[in-house]
Amino acid sequence: MSDYNFAYLDEQTKRMIRRAILKGLAIPGYQVPFASREMPMPYGWGTGGVQVSAAVLTPDDTFKVIDQGADDTTNAVSIRRFFQKTAGVAVTEATSQASVIQTRHRIPEEDLRADQILVYQVPIPEPLRFLEPSEVETRKMHALEEYGLMHVKLYEDISQHGDIATAYAYPVKVEGRYVMDPSPIPKFDNPKLEMAGIQLFGAGREQRIYAIPPYTQVVSLDFDDYPFQPTKADHACDLCGAQDSYLDELIVDDEGGRMFMCSDTDYCATRRKQGHVGAQGVPYAEDAA
Amino acid sequence: MTPLLQVENIAKFYGPRIGCTDVSFDLYPGEVMGIVGESGSGKSTLLNCLAGHLTPDRGVVRFDTRSEGLRDTITMSEPERRMLGRTDWAFVHQHARDGLRMNVSAGGNVGERLMAVNARHYGEIRAEAIDWLGRVEITEDRIDDRPTAFSGGMQQRLQIARNLVTGPRLVFMDEPTGGLDVSVQARLLDLLRGLVREMNLSAIIVTHDLAVVRLLADRLMVMKDGHVIETGLTDQVLDDPQHAYTQLLVSSVLQV
Amino acid sequence: MISIENVSKSFVLHNQGAAEIPVMRGASLNVAASECVALVGASGAGKSTLMRMIYGNYLTASGRIMVGEVDVAIAAPRDIIRLRRETLGYVSQFLRVVPRVSTLDVVAEPLLATGTKRDVALHQAEILLTRLNIPERLWQLSPTTFSGGEQQRVNIARGFAFPYPALLLDEPTASLDPTNRATVLSMIGEAKARGTAIIGIFHDHAARDEICDRQFDVTRFTPGLAA
Repeated sequence: MSDYNFAYLDEQTKRMIRRAILKGLAIPGYQVPFASREMPMPYGWGTGGVQVSAAVLTPDDTFKVIDQGADDTTNAVSIRRFFQKTAGVAVTEATSQASVIQTRHRIPEEDLRADQILVYQVPIPEPLRFLEPSEVETRKMHALEEYGLMHVKLYEDISQHGDIATAYAYPVKVEGRYVMDPSPIPKFDNPKLEMAGIQLFGAGREQRIYAIPPYTQVVSLDFDDYPFQPTKADHACDLCGAQDSYLDELIVDDEGGRMFMCSDTDYCATRRKQGHVGAQGVPYAEDAA
Repeated sequence: MTPLLQVENIAKFYGPRIGCTDVSFDLYPGEVMGIVGESGSGKSTLLNCLAGHLTPDRGVVRFDTRSEGLRDTITMSEPERRMLGRTDWAFVHQHARDGLRMNVSAGGNVGERLMAVNARHYGEIRAEAIDWLGRVEITEDRIDDRPTAFSGGMQQRLQIARNLVTGPRLVFMDEPTGGLDVSVQARLLDLLRGLVREMNLSAIIVTHDLAVVRLLADRLMVMKDGHVIETGLTDQVLDDPQHAYTQLLVSSVLQV
Repeated sequence: MISIENVSKSFVLHNQGAAEIPVMRGASLNVAASECVALVGASGAGKSTLMRMIYGNYLTASGRIMVGEVDVAIAAPRDIIRLRRETLGYVSQFLRVVPRVSTLDVVAEPLLATGTKRDVALHQAEILLTRLNIPERLWQLSPTTFSGGEQQRVNIARGFAFPYPALLLDEPTASLDPTNRATVLSMIGEAKARGTAIIGIFHDHAARDEICDRQFDVTRFTPGLAA
């Protein structure tokens, strides 16, 4: 423990990252370049998110990590352990208990509060990248608000699939100015981007940080005749019976049997503790035994 | 009548080498001007200076904007110039792949400029794209194909549709028929001529093909070593060339 | 309508030892509305040169060439273009068109260029082509594939499509059979009747004598030829 500075990164690096975060908060949706450090994990495992978390964590924080909504995947567990070891902070799986939540691919179902920070891991921060390979050009497009290209992508979706088939990393416009990639969250989560908590986005390999301050307007791009729709599987959770949560589909046997369950494990478990039971679920106490 | 484009003493140098120099002319609405000259004569440099792709070292280029009349496009802000570039101006590249998004469908390519000026109704954008593909003789059933699946001539026609969909007033063309079969060239020339008249377009066409300018251009400018050496009515310059170089150029064309 | 005053022209062949060849000196000619003047003179005397100078196709070194209100000798290209569109027609010996454009469109073009509605212009073109005996099955084809005589008639149809106040005719009856020749002559007569000033070159002397009010011998103004 004493071998590491608090939260692994040295103080100078954390200051540098905090400056990038503050700038990001000051210009909602704008991608701030930062000097991303080598982290003791490979790119793609959340190095951007980890650096942002390291910069915002204080010894009093309670830390939660989710990966695709779950607290118990390898990725989530190893990042949580990393900060337990290098920062000694308290950890939790309960969304409401956490002060800093690092996430990959989801926003918790439970509404976040003003005293909470949500840190996203971002693989490719540039929403225009797939159509315009030049960084010089995409930066210019952001600077001049030339966002026609973003709609070209949605146009291509409709012309090829009959509908906007983009189901995750669905582009948004922040506070009427910057078009932003919300990281690969399902578009079901897009409406939740307008929240009370602070949202920070870190892309380690691409060396970008961006942010959405509390209560910022975030609009999902669409066409007048093909309005944005936050979709989810048309089902209720088979474990807790929730109608309103984002679901994972699980194949359970070789006969095509399947079940749907909340991707947010904490949300599901909390509901089951409260006595909610889904179609294939069993009461919580029994399960625990 | 106000000229659509006023060019005064444009010069562009590459170090000590002259790109083009002392170029001045007025272009009026509906006029098509050809610029001919051999490779390295400065014609493409000039075109890129006029279209805002290069910054000339001196000179003035004024464009008659819709809202504020004549404006110097060299000193105007980049956002304004880029806005012109996707509304009132069009640029047709010699190689269609320089002017198209090869990984986007034909419809998306045509629709992009509409979406860039805030068209947000999919059905209307698509209808407009179908209309424009028809005008450049690409059938509706190809709308969702990518340009990579198109022939060279079709790609070039698609590029023209993509450029003209926002109803520009000035079109810059850099060797628009270069690299195409002669039969395909003829079709393209015919198409361009029709569009120029229907839309009352003004155009500046850079080419080394004298047959192209004879058919498309009202006026001709001959360039050599970065200088304009002769200007005039197209058929007059070609049939009664005054300058030694122009005479050589005209007499060097193989007759068929 | 057409007023030529003291015009001169020479060619300088820069690539052949800068040889200067004077081809015209001090030519003057007036043609009134409803008048038809034939340019005459030996081959090489400068008939075509003068005609091309009037049309603005050749530059004029000095003098004035007034067609209506425009001095072709000094007019800017765009003024000559407008003149050609609205005032001065030209039936040349050779047809020069964009390949692939249909004959109907070729003939209708002068009307379309002056703002006539497309259906009206095409209808007018059909009347002219019928009159000049171009078979209807050829109308949708490009005239580039036609025989010499057919091309010539398409050219004439095009030249007469728009009622220009002034008209230049270069051998309009050269390769025509008697029937079509008669048709063309009556078309020229009709143009005269509605007030068109015409300057023409006719090697067909009978036609010339029938249609022209007077002759203008270019030889007098040809340097080296004039005695």
